[in-house]
Amino acid sequence: MNRTVLLWLVVGWIGVLILPWYVIEDGFWGLEWVLDGYPFDTDYGPTWAHLLEGEKVWLAPIPLFLLLPFLTGGRIKSDPLYSKILIVSGLGGLSYIVIQGFIVGIAGWEYTSLELLFGPLGQKQYGLGYGAILVSAAFLFFTTQGIAARGAVNGDVFVVSSIGFIVAIVGAFIFFPVSQILISALQDNEGVYSLGVFLEKFTDKKIWGLDCLYSTVGCGAAWNSLFLAITVGATTTALGLVFALVATRSGFKYRKVLRALTILPIITPPFVIGLSIILLFGLSGIMTQFFGDVFGIQPTRWVYGLPGIWIAQMLAYTPIAFLVMIGVVEGISPSMEEAAQTLRADRWKTFTTVSLPLMRPGLANAFLIGFIESMADFGNPLVLGGNFDVLSTEIFFAIVGAQNDQGMAAVLAFVLLCFTLTAFYAQRRWLGKKSYTTVTGKGDGGTHALLPNRLRWPIYTVAFSWTGFTIVVYCMILFGGFVNTWGLDHTFTFKHYITAFSVNWTDGGLQWTGAAWDSFWTTISIATISAPLTAAVGLLTAYILVRQTFTGKDLFEFGTMLSFAIPGTVIGVSYILAFNVPPIELTGTGAILVLCFVFRNMPVGVRAGVAAMSQLDKSLDEASLTLGANSWYTFRKIVLPLLRPAIIAALVYSFVRAMTAISAVIFLVSAEYDMATSYIIGRVENNDYGLAIAYCTVLIFVMLAAVLVFQGLVGERKMGRREPEKTITPASAKAI
Amino acid sequence: MGIKSKAASVTFDHVTKIYGEHVTAVDDVSFVVEAGKLVTLLGPSGCGKTTTLRMIAGLEMANTGRVLIGDQDVTILPATDRDVSMVFQSYALFPHMTVGENVAYGLNVSGMAKDEAKSRAEDGLKLVGLSGYGARLPSELSGGQQQRVAVARALVLEPQVLLFDEPLSNLDAKLRRQVREEIRDIQKNLGLTAVYVTHDQEEALAVSDRIIVMNNAVIAQEGTPRDLYEKPADLFVADFIGDANLVDVQIKSVSGELAEVEMASLQLSLPHRGLKSGAAHAAIRPESFLVSTDQSSEGISGTIGKAVYLGNHMEYLITTDLGDLFVVASDVVNTISPQTGVKVTLASHGVTLVGN
Repeated sequence: MNRTVLLWLVVGWIGVLILPWYVIEDGFWGLEWVLDGYPFDTDYGPTWAHLLEGEKVWLAPIPLFLLLPFLTGGRIKSDPLYSKILIVSGLGGLSYIVIQGFIVGIAGWEYTSLELLFGPLGQKQYGLGYGAILVSAAFLFFTTQGIAARGAVNGDVFVVSSIGFIVAIVGAFIFFPVSQILISALQDNEGVYSLGVFLEKFTDKKIWGLDCLYSTVGCGAAWNSLFLAITVGATTTALGLVFALVATRSGFKYRKVLRALTILPIITPPFVIGLSIILLFGLSGIMTQFFGDVFGIQPTRWVYGLPGIWIAQMLAYTPIAFLVMIGVVEGISPSMEEAAQTLRADRWKTFTTVSLPLMRPGLANAFLIGFIESMADFGNPLVLGGNFDVLSTEIFFAIVGAQNDQGMAAVLAFVLLCFTLTAFYAQRRWLGKKSYTTVTGKGDGGTHALLPNRLRWPIYTVAFSWTGFTIVVYCMILFGGFVNTWGLDHTFTFKHYITAFSVNWTDGGLQWTGAAWDSFWTTISIATISAPLTAAVGLLTAYILVRQTFTGKDLFEFGTMLSFAIPGTVIGVSYILAFNVPPIELTGTGAILVLCFVFRNMPVGVRAGVAAMSQLDKSLDEASLTLGANSWYTFRKIVLPLLRPAIIAALVYSFVRAMTAISAVIFLVSAEYDMATSYIIGRVENNDYGLAIAYCTVLIFVMLAAVLVFQGLVGERKMGRREPEKTITPASAKAI
Repeated sequence: MGIKSKAASVTFDHVTKIYGEHVTAVDDVSFVVEAGKLVTLLGPSGCGKTTTLRMIAGLEMANTGRVLIGDQDVTILPATDRDVSMVFQSYALFPHMTVGENVAYGLNVSGMAKDEAKSRAEDGLKLVGLSGYGARLPSELSGGQQQRVAVARALVLEPQVLLFDEPLSNLDAKLRRQVREEIRDIQKNLGLTAVYVTHDQEEALAVSDRIIVMNNAVIAQEGTPRDLYEKPADLFVADFIGDANLVDVQIKSVSGELAEVEMASLQLSLPHRGLKSGAAHAAIRPESFLVSTDQSSEGISGTIGKAVYLGNHMEYLITTDLGDLFVVASDVVNTISPQTGVKVTLASHGVTLVGN
């Protein structure tokens, strides 16, 4: 029998015979269920135990489907029956699990028509547990192996299984929940479908109003969001490019320090930057008071609204653009630039005609990320928005506010989705079909060209000013944690730190007595679990998108990118709607947070992977394949090692995002799993700014440590390119 | 030496490859590459030769027809599962691995013990003359050395078939000659089956046991280098191989093996090669002309247009009634200067009738 089939058979039968079929309320890993009536307790039983007791008879066909793959024993892959058996078993079993999961719920039949047809069921079922997960996985991979055996994607089991896996999880954790919320866009508050209600909400003045053009009343949220996002996308891309150029193509001695500085803003919860902006430019802000005292300028609320959000988002997203740009700027083969220079192009000409056009995929990606991040940002508009309504906060207020109008939230989400998807496609058209492959299989020596002089000084100026501004912003955060009450009493104190993070040595050992410890450890563990998962799923998807061709690839790409275009507020609400009831019951668990982060942040991993991978010559993969490696081995040994910068970006970003995310999280936290950000927002609501800022400072240092550890672990891409030759400075020339 | 051969034949049986919906890259192609032979796929770019090679490798799958390696039908077998290795045009050396790791890669994949793989890799490097380079990174080697590493990496697997995709196109001329001879020597010594893609006809003539000339997705002609050079099947092959002069002729009559042919003022007897009386073409090799400055002698009148001295031979462009002729002469002592009137006759070899 085929080894992979055998492996999944074993997994499947473990799911049926040993593990509990249903989710366990007190937690699976507590293992209390093992001693508490396993296997015959209804709550903990594996499938066979339920069936022996004559309960949950609708589960009976599942083991039957799992018997089928035994028939493939002794058959070779090219045997038509081999693939047929696997597909029937896999697809049949999987569909059956899904269907029974949806029609039998916590109250018996989920649909009244079935109750009328078959009479009351008298039994109920809970969410799927580990047993069901293993069996479903086995069915999924039987299906993909069956499809591969029929010759799909050159019969490559790894690739087909990866596609199947990603389609399944994206379907379950993006399409399914989002469809739940979109359905409610078409429903009125009684759950009746109505197009009229949808249209009425869609044409609301709050979305599309243009009053700001001719009156003092604000414009609609859609226009505000669009204008903000374009501005932020363009400015962060420009700044990201500036920093990438300084980091790679300048003789500047401390460019590594600069590199470290630009990481700071992403490791900061977004609303902290908002708070810091208020501390600087708000009514009682330092800068406001300074200008008032020196120049007699009346304090105004100018920072609340577009300018404040714009500044805060630039601070927040420039480093992301930088991380995207640096991979691309470094990836450009120096020989291209050297070629241009030998073609009589001076540095300026080389830069504008070769280097810059080669950076286009990076620029496009950076703009896309900036645009969508800005559209979906929730923290900064919440803190700094004033009367400037944007879509993401409007969605939040539509749900938690006095209106509690799910339909309105869904309509707003729909508008947001249209914007971001349009941006996505515009980007792809602009990029066109030019080849940007610059890292070829041919090793190349050489160094990057330095910046032309007429560019160098403007770029230095921008980079240093922005760095200076960033440092000021961070000093505010640091300082804010050590003063009694901001704006009133600026005496130095440790009390915020003591309240949050005190520990006691007692006879019983170390006691975490501080108020913040619970949420702190939860946040760390959730972020640690979700970061590698996000990177793995993201890079695997990128590999499939760049390197494989198969029917339906465009749809696949659309699906994997969709969660990028959905703001966290919508994801949060949709997860609550979708995963509160069987078949997938997750609310209140840590798993829902992990899943939320994985699927919210996955597109960043995909983007980073796609940008880096499209610069790797395909003949490297092909060489590995012709040398007898399968695509899984090739992926691990050739593709991944050459993608280290992308891996760093994906890991760092997803870890940090998991620690700083607020928009989706605020809906998903529970008493048991409270996250740092929602705890901090709670403090802010109680006007406890000192503790909030102190907590943020601690988070920032933790994330900084994490970034450094990640970079150390993954290492630099080993390419054998020479370091730029040291230019002889006047000082060293004198020494000689 | 630890490297042996498991050479097997390659068979294409009515293979067609279509990209997208309309682009036919390879159209109903059949051929056999015998075990232990080096066969070259030759043709201009876009003729389908690289696609053919990639179908042998398993990097592209045929739409119709069968591909066999040895006796095994590999038509739907992916590259991983075929016992074939390939030397890429870009070399495709893994930039993050040392030379030694690159060469040992395929051996490690096949599950060979680390030590053995290492010593086999060292054998491979020795075979291509790069002993002691194992610890370097590919980027620290010259182009020719990188190319040899790519060859060693493919060789150490002892593949049934070894594939070369324009392996010399990134090398300078002198190195190209040297490396192609090395490749040919290794292939002969080990008795490997090799399929070699190039667009350079001289390279093809130099290394091949047999050449398959492709044009517009089909095979134009296949045969030994000598066959192709001396008996081109059509105008394309005659023109593509050996820079033949193509001139219009009239076949007056056919009797036995020979045809009586009228070429301008010359009367010739040539093998008819299946052609009937009427208009035809003759392919004349540049070195098959005899040029005389004696205006009273027999031959076609012409004027020297250009004369180029190339050390071991002269190249002339001669304007005649037959058109401009490209002529190579071995006499580099008594050269003829441009604008001189000459008489041109034909040597007994190197003139072939070609149909349309």
